[in-house]
Amino acid sequence: MAVKQRTPMPMQDPAERARNFSQVAMGYTEEMALAEAARCLQCRNPQCVVGCPVSVQIPRFIGLIKDKKYREAIDVIKETNSLPAVCGRVCPQESQCESKCVLLRTGQPIAIGRLERFAADWEAKNGAATPEKPASNGKKVAVVGAGPSGLTAAGDLAKLGYEVTIYESLHEPGGVLIYGIPEFRLPKEVVRREVEYVKALGVKIETDVVVGRTITIEDLFDDGFEAVYVASGAGLPMFMRIPGENLNGVYSANEWLTRINLMKAYLFPEWDTPVKRGKRVVVVGAGNVAMDAVRCALRLGAEEASIVYRRSRAEMPARAEEVENAEEEGVKFHFLTNPVEVIGDEKGWVKGLKCVKMELGEPDQSGRRRPVPIAGSEFVMDCDIVIMALGTSPNPIISQTTPGLNAHSWGGLIADEKTGRTTRERVWAGGDAVTGSATVILAMGAGKAAAKDIHEFLSGPQDKW
Amino acid sequence: MNEILVKKNLTPVTKLIVVKNPFVAAKAEPGQFVILRVRENGERIPLTIADFDREKDTVTLVFQEVGLSTILLGKLEVGDRILNLVGPLGVPAELPDSGTVVAVGGGVGVAPILPKCKELYRRGVKVISIIGARSKDLIILEDEMRACSHELHICTDDGSRGFKGFVSDKLKELIDGGLKCDEVVAVGPIPMMRATCETTRPYGLKTWVSMNPIMVDGTGMCGACRITVGGKTKFVCVDGPMFDGHEVDWAEAWLRAGMYRDEEKVAVESCQCGGGK
Repeated sequence: MAVKQRTPMPMQDPAERARNFSQVAMGYTEEMALAEAARCLQCRNPQCVVGCPVSVQIPRFIGLIKDKKYREAIDVIKETNSLPAVCGRVCPQESQCESKCVLLRTGQPIAIGRLERFAADWEAKNGAATPEKPASNGKKVAVVGAGPSGLTAAGDLAKLGYEVTIYESLHEPGGVLIYGIPEFRLPKEVVRREVEYVKALGVKIETDVVVGRTITIEDLFDDGFEAVYVASGAGLPMFMRIPGENLNGVYSANEWLTRINLMKAYLFPEWDTPVKRGKRVVVVGAGNVAMDAVRCALRLGAEEASIVYRRSRAEMPARAEEVENAEEEGVKFHFLTNPVEVIGDEKGWVKGLKCVKMELGEPDQSGRRRPVPIAGSEFVMDCDIVIMALGTSPNPIISQTTPGLNAHSWGGLIADEKTGRTTRERVWAGGDAVTGSATVILAMGAGKAAAKDIHEFLSGPQDKW
Repeated sequence: MNEILVKKNLTPVTKLIVVKNPFVAAKAEPGQFVILRVRENGERIPLTIADFDREKDTVTLVFQEVGLSTILLGKLEVGDRILNLVGPLGVPAELPDSGTVVAVGGGVGVAPILPKCKELYRRGVKVISIIGARSKDLIILEDEMRACSHELHICTDDGSRGFKGFVSDKLKELIDGGLKCDEVVAVGPIPMMRATCETTRPYGLKTWVSMNPIMVDGTGMCGACRITVGGKTKFVCVDGPMFDGHEVDWAEAWLRAGMYRDEEKVAVESCQCGGGK
């Protein structure tokens, strides 16, 4: 039997979408979803489920879509995943569920993410069933941070009957889903819906609370919480430590994206927070955050938006799909190029980025070939905005204010990989606060694992840590 | 939560509000700040805590109406609520337990100096305060400062009251007149803090300043508030706001503070909220 082609995702035209903040990938129609679902072989021993960090029962939900039982399909997904509309959009399926699909060898694995999104969006359109609020078991658990990891842990614990309160430092829940990932990849309305679902499970969310400052983890235990899950996310942005990095017009990707996404600076002055709209924008780095930053620059009206990366195309950490999207939209890529100085004008504004050409040498500790500068190859790129997308180091506030909670020298909290248990009894941790910058789904997986272990601990004799 | 209990006009452009927030009131220490937002499409702006009352669950904020967000904040009345208020943020000031401290406050910077003086006074430290403004009508919190200072000097740029000249000039006069002190704390606009630091530098007199840069989240995530101190990049929201003023790169801080000057004008004009005076 000839393998049918994977159903393509309908996309906004590149030239048009590069100038608006509407969703790039428009989502499957019912016909498309049915065609794609019909391709699933319904493996008896499905490897896709093994590839999913939150163990979504993939063949089951796809089978239900095939039978047009959409409500049942989304319910199956939600048994293990509280944020399906988010995951269907931003998970790197190509390196998770879809990488295990038996059809991968044909080059046409099932588009699992797109089907997950279809099911979630179907529910949004047709009205979400209010989840039954489980009976309380009388035990209180606190979660620090309302990002993907915290929301997942909270959702799972609420389903088990715990009284969960999430403490969020920003004015709006969602974490990186709200401040980091742009509207054109993940509409904020979608995030708000997922947050509402978690709240409908009985989870309380207290915004404007910085744990470690407004209240401490000690205070939470004094208030009767029996366990705390720390999912405080990314912290301080990293810079290159090159001259000129504090010139006006140099942003961290975190600041650039927070202004645009959380504070809606692209709608200034209708919204009050401004952002500089550059003519020539250079983003340093090649991860997903760098792609988001550079694509935002185009949408803010940049005439030229470029990525500068010290390694080559093959080493880029961003999802292939996002790189492709960026290229289609007109982003320029400068590989094997490393900034050495940001050049400013007499008024303290960026006017150029001095870079050096690199060549690949011997493999380094990461196994990737180490980029080495080529002597005498310096050149200056004209630009008025430079964005550093080099990752983050976890925020030190919580480890500094919680006795017994230890962190690695680089800032990440020390936590057991399987359970999330930290060095402090009754405190679990996961997501970027533990791993440093990683993906939404890995953070969700950590939240899920921690919720399971919190439940095991609190329903057991509670004597061993 | 965040209800405004008291509102006072300290000068035509400076307002004081007392806000109910038990969390911030319980944890606030001198030197810390809050981030607030006035409306749904509003900015997050930092304001240094001017006072707090743990019994009454309140924090006091003093602000000058200089941009859109402070103009909007100034329009709130007693009984209104501030949409979002989070804190206390930043590292509390490290204050000595003995000796003599000169507290220098310029303009609206007198407000953040006040809780430090109160605490120093309570600890038995000798507090000599110098407060100043452009003219006598712009002097704020004089009585409150007097109550926690062993000596209070008032300066005005135009000589309409007290010493005619800058607070830094008065400080120099006191030092040259034989004043013995262990450290100086200066809070106010960048030029005033910078001038104070240049005054004390030749004497090797330790001078703390409180930086108030542009912030977005204010919790250690965005890096907007970075400044250079002793040649190293510091994030004011988590490393500060208090720094050794002799180590601060003032020229850079001044340029960064003006990054959005054009947009600030646009914002005030487009909202037609009667600001921009």
